[in-house]
Amino acid sequence: MGTKNKIYLLIYAGIIFSMPALLQNNYHLMVLNVAALNIIVIIGLNLLMGYAGQISLGHAAFFGLGAYLSAICTTTYGFPLWPTMVMAMIITGMVAYAIGIPTLKLEGHYLVMATLGFNVIIYIVMIQLDSVTGGPSGFAGIPRLKIGTLAFDSDRKIYYLLWAVSIGTLLLSLNLTHSRVGRAMAALSHNEIAARCAGIDTQTYKVKIFFISAALGSLAGSLYAHYLTFISPGTFSIFYSIQVVTMVLVGGIGSLWGSVFGAVLLTILPEALHAVKEYNVLIYGLILMVVLIFFPQGLFPGIAEALRKKTTDGPLDSRGPLPLKKGI
Amino acid sequence: MMPETVLKGDQTILETREITLRFGGLEALNGLSFSISPHQIVSIIGPNGAGKTTLLNAITGVYSADSGEILFRGSPISRLKSFQIAALGINRTFQQAQLFVNMTVLENVMVGMHGRTKSGFLGGALHLPGERREEKKIREKAESLLDFFGLLPKAGYLAAHISVAEQKRLENSRAMSGDPELLLLDEPVAGLNIRETEAMGDLIIRLKEKGQTIILVEHNMHLVMGISDRLIVLHHGSKIGEGRPEDMQRDRRVVEAYLGT
Repeated sequence: MGTKNKIYLLIYAGIIFSMPALLQNNYHLMVLNVAALNIIVIIGLNLLMGYAGQISLGHAAFFGLGAYLSAICTTTYGFPLWPTMVMAMIITGMVAYAIGIPTLKLEGHYLVMATLGFNVIIYIVMIQLDSVTGGPSGFAGIPRLKIGTLAFDSDRKIYYLLWAVSIGTLLLSLNLTHSRVGRAMAALSHNEIAARCAGIDTQTYKVKIFFISAALGSLAGSLYAHYLTFISPGTFSIFYSIQVVTMVLVGGIGSLWGSVFGAVLLTILPEALHAVKEYNVLIYGLILMVVLIFFPQGLFPGIAEALRKKTTDGPLDSRGPLPLKKGI
Repeated sequence: MMPETVLKGDQTILETREITLRFGGLEALNGLSFSISPHQIVSIIGPNGAGKTTLLNAITGVYSADSGEILFRGSPISRLKSFQIAALGINRTFQQAQLFVNMTVLENVMVGMHGRTKSGFLGGALHLPGERREEKKIREKAESLLDFFGLLPKAGYLAAHISVAEQKRLENSRAMSGDPELLLLDEPVAGLNIRETEAMGDLIIRLKEKGQTIILVEHNMHLVMGISDRLIVLHHGSKIGEGRPEDMQRDRRVVEAYLGT
């Protein structure tokens, strides 16, 4: 990670951690807390979409696996909180691995279909297995997050925790994308044959990226469950999967800073559009269309490019596939 | 037959035995056998569609041969995957430069060292000391390679933003960054002007002077005749001639293949 990114990260953390002082309304904090969780999911998904060139429509299921595994193990079976979260990440990652092994060996977008189906299955299991999951009415009484004796029992307290994890995820991911592994990932997403001929085991990398991507979804899900103390299947339907893919696209595929931008924007936007309740979805869709037509590479890289048109550096941290030229 | 092969063993970097590769009904390579000795430039020439690029693709595992065997330093590589073959020490360039245009010139060369380096996900994400040392090492090596290929001033540019001649040299440096025992160059001067072609020819000769073994596929006969130690002439997937450049120029079958009868 270059010096520039370090400075941006410091500024970003500075802004984030000074926000609670400015916001008195708990509701605003709650929206931002959800944004912090979404960022974790989006970064994970963007690693997959921007660096492995694959799309997952099952991230709601990975998010849900994390949430339910944490909820059930800690509430029903009294497992310790943090180790359970790590265990959930590993289990979810393994599930993704099992889906990825057969589908990522094939060329083409088989992963989309497999994850789509997986999401539907998980959703049905959450509803039908009500002796374990609480069924459609949800799972309540999940313990709150706690470190030692420090209990995160208010939106304000938990804000710092969630954003610390969120920023930590960004930091590690930025590091990763600027390492040997990150270069290999960027290479394989752009030109698989050339990447293989440069000695990169592209298939294994794709599966590993998918593992990490799903594990990050699970992490966010676990935090979500312990934050709200109540979860229900509706949150983990295919619609959330589509929503997170949208956030990646709007933020900019392959751009991690874009993911932060996309996640925050599209988490806050529906809340801000509450005033126009019935037109909420319409406006949301409209914004999406405008972005995809005028900023096909994503809003964040698009704006960054426009601001620094003359330099040859390219977008801030975007290493994903370049947008296709017209006519190809 | 047997003793001869064994004797040749230690003097041979690459050997193909009767390799055949079909695309549907078309025999792109037809029972092709040859061997490559170290520290030589061997050029593969032949009319368009003769199977030259297919041969490079078969050697590097992009395609797998239908029958026959390819031996690298005496061990078979025909069943290996591209990335394994690259890691063994066979690196290549492509007819049309296949760069990672979303990365900088420097990063392109650093990617080329992937098979020779080790840092993994954890080292990268946590930026561990070992990873830092490795990064520093490969960055320095990449810079010295870029210097050799006259690209150091462009190190920070996106690969998409440099000229075609520079892209060709960049691909060459990326291939060289893997310390290949065998370098495969697929039309390194295609699309270059005379001056750029001469510069590339000089670079290839300098690589050879460093002891680099090179298989060159090229249409530019001036370059081929000037720098090759040996020629292999392909026609319709078969070898129709092999020998020193000056002999090949006089070979009746070779001339026929090029000029038609």
